[in-house]
Amino acid sequence: MIDKKRSLWIYNKMNEIRNFELKALELFEENKLRGSVHLYIGEEAVAATICSSLRDEDYITSTHRGHGHCIAKGAELDKAMAELMGKATGYCRGRGGSMHIADLTKGNLGANGIVGGGLPIATGAALASKMRGQDRVAVSFFGDGASNEGTFHESLNLASLWKLPIIFVCENNGFGISVPAWQSTSVENISDRAHGYNMPGETVDGNDVNAVDEAFQRALKRAKAGEGPTLIECKTYRWMGHWIGDPQLYRTREEVEAWKEKCPIKRYRAYLLENGIASEEELGEIESRTKAAVDAAAEFAMNSPEPDPAGVLEDVYFEG
Amino acid sequence: MSIKTYAMAIRDTIASEMRRDENVFCMGEDIETAGGSFGCTRDLYKEFGVERVRNTPISEAGFVGAGVGAANAGMRPIVELMYWDFAYVAMDQILNQAAKIRYMFGGKAKVPMVIRGQQGIGKGNAAQHSQCPEVFFMHIPGLKVAMPSCAEDAAGLLRTAIRDDNPVAFIEHKALYFIKGEVPDDPEFMIPFGQAKIRREGSDVTIVATHLFVNRSLEAAEKLEKEGISCEVIDPRTIVPFDYDTVINSVKKTGRLVVAHEAQKTAGMGAQVVTYVQEHAFNYMDAPAQVVGAKPCPVPFNLGLETAAIPTVDDIVAAVKKTLYK
Repeated sequence: MIDKKRSLWIYNKMNEIRNFELKALELFEENKLRGSVHLYIGEEAVAATICSSLRDEDYITSTHRGHGHCIAKGAELDKAMAELMGKATGYCRGRGGSMHIADLTKGNLGANGIVGGGLPIATGAALASKMRGQDRVAVSFFGDGASNEGTFHESLNLASLWKLPIIFVCENNGFGISVPAWQSTSVENISDRAHGYNMPGETVDGNDVNAVDEAFQRALKRAKAGEGPTLIECKTYRWMGHWIGDPQLYRTREEVEAWKEKCPIKRYRAYLLENGIASEEELGEIESRTKAAVDAAAEFAMNSPEPDPAGVLEDVYFEG
Repeated sequence: MSIKTYAMAIRDTIASEMRRDENVFCMGEDIETAGGSFGCTRDLYKEFGVERVRNTPISEAGFVGAGVGAANAGMRPIVELMYWDFAYVAMDQILNQAAKIRYMFGGKAKVPMVIRGQQGIGKGNAAQHSQCPEVFFMHIPGLKVAMPSCAEDAAGLLRTAIRDDNPVAFIEHKALYFIKGEVPDDPEFMIPFGQAKIRREGSDVTIVATHLFVNRSLEAAEKLEKEGISCEVIDPRTIVPFDYDTVINSVKKTGRLVVAHEAQKTAGMGAQVVTYVQEHAFNYMDAPAQVVGAKPCPVPFNLGLETAAIPTVDDIVAAVKKTLYK
């Protein structure tokens, strides 16, 4: 059961993410953003719910579709938007962009441009936690596509073998770019693969905050008890293309519209109201506040300076 | 000073750094009771336990990547690759993750990690266990690359690598492991990266060489001395960072340059060194520079074929003479 404080935190984060992504789309279409931008719209419940149970000292690794994880793990909207615009004030001082936002002070070990790239890194962070006798957990977010990469299998094996405090969270949005699961993945449920690595696996409705939370609490308890990893598959859907500009020839409008009906934010809003957890007023306030925060972040980003080209060689190496 | 093999110099340096810093740990294939396939972690598990001398499955992308994550999270992993040839199955974690994390994240992360193992000929292991892939790691910004050619350098460079806050590709050579040399006993003995060593002074031709080719170049220099040709032999010791200044200063004196290595000649380290020298010291050069490197074929199994593919002392002698128009 999620208490009121955490429920509102989750609702707030989902709205921050949604508004952030809509603003990113707008700025991209106005040619104010460049590069590959992968939007998380439609999948917000996963990152927001899971990160509501993590502390700053817990680790995550994220993906190319990483804005939602970063925001849910505590990224400041200003610095995140500035990074999307490649500005000097961005998280990575303009060196990373959309696919490489990290904030180690908040335990975010980074988005990743390589599918499956983050799984071993999260596994290593969990190993460090265990070796140092800490109670930090690691969460690796990845997509259905990554579950066909070797690093997925190697990481699950290592984590299970060494009983590491890690939770593998697969966001199954049905497509690896344009390739549907039936053309790429040998199992109906990716969580089935957990059994091959001697760990629990669960598939949940990734658009349902409560379902994601229940599975995650079980996994968290297991990780903290030293019992090892869990694989959670969250079935969800991305409303937008793989990237802004994707012609989306691989799916129908009807399919997209049907999933929009299952909007995780709308759904959680109704749940909070129906169960008397929050009032219309409280939720309305969150919606307008997050929109204003995102507008302010975009202003901040647009008014921020470009990085100095003379610094292009800075930070290739740690000097000290 | 103690006399010890190159392998024991590595082992003892790992042990002394593990005693000094509890965040230093080793992981890799067969490193626990087996002591590593070349003995570089022999008996370390007895002193430090199996958590810190951690056997891994044969899962290079997984455990190299776990090293990256552990380094992000405050540990200082020493990850052993049994053969550098096996790095190819972990290349994403080395080249896209470890090397780039600091830069991509705007200088706010560091990856204090050593990836070590051996390369090269010497065991008749053929094409997939005898390569010299150092140039891949030289090519990608963000990694440092050390290549010790003797026991003393192995100890001094490895200690520097373990204490460095950047990912270091520490490339050993299988044919050097059993060669003995004097090694300082000082637990603070470190050799800074980017400082070449002039292994022999000379005035006519500069030879830059790594790993086995340091000794082959010294042998070539002995032969050439008998013909009145004086060679200066320089071992860069680390190829990233590379001590170009020592090479340039030598070329300014000799006017002639040969680069000799076991790795492929094509797009190898020699190509890079020659480019740099001609950009910065062309006016001092009296002859075109020469590169001595492996022929463009995989390393063959048969000893006669292997010998034909990898340059010999005589090939270095011939290259030196070519710079003298002899």
